[in-house]
Amino acid sequence: MSGFTSQPDQDFGVRIHEALEDAELRESFHGAMTFLREKRRSQFPDPDALENLRDSGAAIRDRALAKLPDLLEQLEDRCRHNGIQVHWAETSDEANAIITGLIQSVHGQRIVKGKSMATEEIGLNTALEAAGFTCLESDMGEYIVQQAGETPSHIIMPAIHRNKASIARQFADQIPDTPYTEDVDELIGTGRRVLRQAFAHADVGISGVNFAIAETGTLCLVENEGNGRMSTTVPDTHIAVMGIEKVIEKLADLPDLMRLLPRSATGQAITTYINLISGPRRDDECDGPRQVHLVLVDNGRSRIYADRELRATLRCIRCGACMNHCPVYERLGGHAYGTVYPGPIGQVVMPQLFGLDKAGKLTQACSLNGACGEACPVRIPLPDLIRRLRHEGVTDDPASPVRGHGRQRQASEALIWRVWATIHAHPRLYRLVTRLATRSRRLLPPLPRAWTARRARLEPAPRSFHEQMAQRRQTEPRP
Amino acid sequence: MTKAAVDRVYLFGTCLIDVFHPEAGMATVRLLEREGVEVIFPPEQTCCGQPPYNSGYDDQARTVARQVVERFAEPIPVIVPSGSCAGMLRHHYPDLLADDPLADAARDLAARTYELHEFLHRILAVKLEDHGEPVTVVMHTACSARREMGVREDGLALLGQLANVTVCEPENAEACCGFGGTFAVKMPEISVAMASDKCQAVRASGADQLLSSDCGCLLNIDGMLRKQGNALPAHHLATFLWERTGGAS
Ligand code: SF4
Repeated sequence: MSGFTSQPDQDFGVRIHEALEDAELRESFHGAMTFLREKRRSQFPDPDALENLRDSGAAIRDRALAKLPDLLEQLEDRCRHNGIQVHWAETSDEANAIITGLIQSVHGQRIVKGKSMATEEIGLNTALEAAGFTCLESDMGEYIVQQAGETPSHIIMPAIHRNKASIARQFADQIPDTPYTEDVDELIGTGRRVLRQAFAHADVGISGVNFAIAETGTLCLVENEGNGRMSTTVPDTHIAVMGIEKVIEKLADLPDLMRLLPRSATGQAITTYINLISGPRRDDECDGPRQVHLVLVDNGRSRIYADRELRATLRCIRCGACMNHCPVYERLGGHAYGTVYPGPIGQVVMPQLFGLDKAGKLTQACSLNGACGEACPVRIPLPDLIRRLRHEGVTDDPASPVRGHGRQRQASEALIWRVWATIHAHPRLYRLVTRLATRSRRLLPPLPRAWTARRARLEPAPRSFHEQMAQRRQTEPRP
Repeated sequence: MTKAAVDRVYLFGTCLIDVFHPEAGMATVRLLEREGVEVIFPPEQTCCGQPPYNSGYDDQARTVARQVVERFAEPIPVIVPSGSCAGMLRHHYPDLLADDPLADAARDLAARTYELHEFLHRILAVKLEDHGEPVTVVMHTACSARREMGVREDGLALLGQLANVTVCEPENAEACCGFGGTFAVKMPEISVAMASDKCQAVRASGADQLLSSDCGCLLNIDGMLRKQGNALPAHHLATFLWERTGGAS
């Protein structure tokens, strides 16, 4: 299901319907989103300070992207110097093959993985299974959804769609010697016990990367549970996987991003762990991996990079604030999108990675209300990008930079807009049409059932504003 | 721009006001005229082009946008009694027409476009005197008015001048009502879910009247409340301001 194997647009309407019918899901999402929004707000009491910080975050990410090719070379160079082996993957298949090959080369048996969106994106778990490996998710939320055979529904809180009773049932059923309990601390204790066992015996640890610092060749990983630290220090081999856009220029860029990321994501002032990994175990050190590998994944990012406007997509620091503020995500939950990245950033990134022919419909699930753009800590103009992708979806232009362009175009809709433009470009025609509408007190053509099923019929006024103004011009001549 | 500098303005009436809420257009004219401002309403205007623009049909939006730029050419303020249409002129025309011969004119138009209540409050600094009975109103600020135009405070400040009017906002006031132009038609189920929550919050506010400065939201919320048999009087903010301040017309 993960990565690029699914087609988000297929059955999107059915998934929307199911999600909206699921009262429990809607209820718990509404609660969770309200909680997260309030927590985030409380972390930024001073609106001006927040705006300054967002400026800074956007500038840091913009600057890094402007120099992306150079910074990637520098990163590779510094990482090698530090003893980190660097690998480049153009596609998800290439990335999976590299990672599988690395595991085979060290005869890896027990694999643990910290939370990582990049590995979700490339569908690593599925690829590893196909190669005969099982890889245990070690983030608590990821562990819960993996055990249930599901996918994450949020990029920061993978199991946000689950309530404690269902997790209690799942643990009691699937983990030996586990009595049923809804006590959250006990549940976490149970999960932790399983995971600690796995860490103790793991020989390969896989992780994501939040930021890679070109200046020093350092990988930065942010987390709350310690699983990231366990996955990157206990096993003999550590494989870090990241999208190429995650590089930043220098260490001094990190503090402002660290001020923004956890606050925007979970409303925490700071996360429990910030891991800075700068190489494998040295001779005089008593722990840490013997080998560290960095897999740099392109997977369509260069294509996004090539368009000046769409490039802003790559500023994303994967905090999830846009989804937490999105009224559509709040009502659908994450799974309805059928994508690794749901919500507003998913609506922008997935059509670009998958192609508009496969994921273009996602861009319609947006009222352009602007809440996501307002929340984004690095000022990605998400509504503008969604609108732009709608345009690419219906445009005939063969020079369009987005894969699958024009594939959302429907002859009937195109015709409606052509007629619309003709009417509105000819004021006399426009006045004739509005006169007909107001005289008959009906809209021409009648609005689809979509509107009238749950709303009273729209009633045009008896006399249009234009008519009233025209009449006024005659009866009340201006001085 | 100081008050003294403004003696003439253009009115961009919006197509929704034209067809559904002409009284809001008339109230806009009268509110401005009462401040000694001459209102020029070019009769050749139609729509700002936002519906096709938001749907990705840039060519069609451009055709309509060009005419707006041409017909509102004099260097005087353009007043728009709608946050989303004002946002279209101010924030999207410069991009939409960036490669057009009218690019400079579009930027110029953007710079002199105002949402009505922003203009009344910030530029004209109007003083309103309430002539009505005590009433409680619930104010819904459209997303574009709130975020794109940043004029939420202006609407509330004008209402705040009315002595007998108690103003409340619905719970979760910043949540979108689910209209979103063609969104309501293209994604009807999601739109209905959003509108239902908004209607519930509006009713729960206990107010006697619903106000908004955007006709799209008004049609959406009021339309659903009426279907539910649960309506309360719903007006454009301009209509309400004009009627409360003695302007029965
Ligand atoms: S788009 Fe912005 S808000 Fe959304 S996840 Fe990325 S950085 Fe966070």
